Amino acid sequence: MAERLVLGIGNPDRGDDAVGRLIARSLRMRVPADVRISEHDGEATALVGELQSARHAWLIDAARSGARPGTIHRIDCSNAELAVPLGTLSSHGFGVAEAIALARALEVLPLQCIVYAVEAADFTSCTGLSREVMQAMEAVAERILAEL
Amino acid sequence: MARKTINVDYLARVEGEGGVRITFEDRTVRNVELRIFEPPRFFEAFLRGRDYTEAPDVTARICGICPVAYQMSAVHAMEDALGVTVSAPVRELRRLLYCGEWIESHVLHIYMLHAPDFLGYQGAIELAKDHGDVVRQGLELKKVGNEILELLGGRAIHPVNVRVGGFYRTPSRRELRPLAERLRHARDMAQATVRFVSGFDFPDCERDYEFVALGAAGEYPFNAGHVVSNKGLDITPQEYDAHFEESHVKRSNALHSHLRGRPYLTGPIARYSLNSNLLSPLAREAAKEAGLGPTCDNPFRSIVVRAVEVLYACDEALRIIDAYQEPEHPHLDLSPRAGVGYACTEAPRGMLYHRYRLDADGSILDAKIVPPTSQNQPSIEDDLKNFAADWLDMPEEALRVRCEQAVRNHDPCISCATHFLKLEVVRG
Repeated sequence: MAERLVLGIGNPDRGDDAVGRLIARSLRMRVPADVRISEHDGEATALVGELQSARHAWLIDAARSGARPGTIHRIDCSNAELAVPLGTLSSHGFGVAEAIALARALEVLPLQCIVYAVEAADFTSCTGLSREVMQAMEAVAERILAEL
Repeated sequence: MARKTINVDYLARVEGEGGVRITFEDRTVRNVELRIFEPPRFFEAFLRGRDYTEAPDVTARICGICPVAYQMSAVHAMEDALGVTVSAPVRELRRLLYCGEWIESHVLHIYMLHAPDFLGYQGAIELAKDHGDVVRQGLELKKVGNEILELLGGRAIHPVNVRVGGFYRTPSRRELRPLAERLRHARDMAQATVRFVSGFDFPDCERDYEFVALGAAGEYPFNAGHVVSNKGLDITPQEYDAHFEESHVKRSNALHSHLRGRPYLTGPIARYSLNSNLLSPLAREAAKEAGLGPTCDNPFRSIVVRAVEVLYACDEALRIIDAYQEPEHPHLDLSPRAGVGYACTEAPRGMLYHRYRLDADGSILDAKIVPPTSQNQPSIEDDLKNFAADWLDMPEEALRVRCEQAVRNHDPCISCATHFLKLEVVRG
């Protein structure tokens, strides 16, 4: 079991939805050796498998809560449900929030489960990140490094 | 009793956005409207002008849960247009990929979406709180389907290793060996799943459906065969457009499909009823023990048929891996030509039709995609018209849940269909 997991979530081909994965990639060479960096498409049942492999997890995803694009949300899901709508991918209504709730119900949620979500501007297929989201990337990376 | 409406604004545990409105009058069902308001996604228009080689990757993005069926229908149709046939080992690998998708999609539906209906839970999360072992088994079984897709498709969602004419890369026998170990474990879990779901209480609801599925191929159908029905239809995919027509109804952003003006049903119980004799001996035996006959006319028992199909998929995957010989060439080298190509394949939730017209340079002039949920919309409405009057004495909430369950019997994929649900019941 990896003690610490940083998981970038999203669809790399859907505009700002790629932000979580890109931040995770940018952390690869910067985190202590015991931290596992991984990327995930956000499909809930497979995500439960990832979560149960760690004691401490930081999830990074795009958000669509209506806040200003680039806004950074930090949600501590260790003892609470995830209330901010995330990302674009939700198969049959099963997304990151459901994965966290399912992992909790199955008693496999990491002791510490933090979600960083960057408010997205655009989920259009085959486009890059919006300027606002790109500008928020490094700040998220640094905040996670500080927590590690 | 005058008039009563049951309205489900947003159907839960289905893929995409849709609803149902049922109007009762004098203890009869006056009207059922399955409404699909998810916006149309215009994939067919998006394909126009693109090279034929792009179709598998573009169509795989139509659905996150059945991308294999989409890309396989696309590659088969393109190969039909180009007049080529892939080698036997490539065809077997394609069947293996289907096994992965059926396991993944069916197990998601059985455990996460449909079982809560039978066990009286709002959803999988509530089910997991009381029956963690059940949900854990579902997650573990589904994972094996993902592993097949990851190995053969390059990744579990929107696989990228499939191309017209074959695969970009084919696995060695050695690479497939660990998968066989996992599949033997999955097959045991699949047998346990059939036993688990066959113990549910099923409402006594049977209908005289016209079942449509691939058949007459000498194998339980994934991606070959004629389009056949239990009422005498037997055509090639090339003849599909002469027999099936799509029409727009105002309440749905997905086109309704009819077979010479008649509603019909595609999906697991259609596939099973037309092909149950072609299941593996293990799956046939499990079906029999689960109380299924050679055909299944009760849509509520579709969960049992799905479980039998999962068992079949595990068994078939093991057969394929055991007999596998790596192809000499992972793909055919193809040259474009003008032509029209047709294909029907079996997505987990039903038959999927693709047709493409290609220009001499291989660019796509037009595309037609008919997803299973489009085809099943009239039958889903007819199920409620036929069954719901008998449920009228149920308390309001139980009636609403039962109506939703009747829709979920068919595992509708609204996102696919719009390239679909919300429930509204009007009692009168």
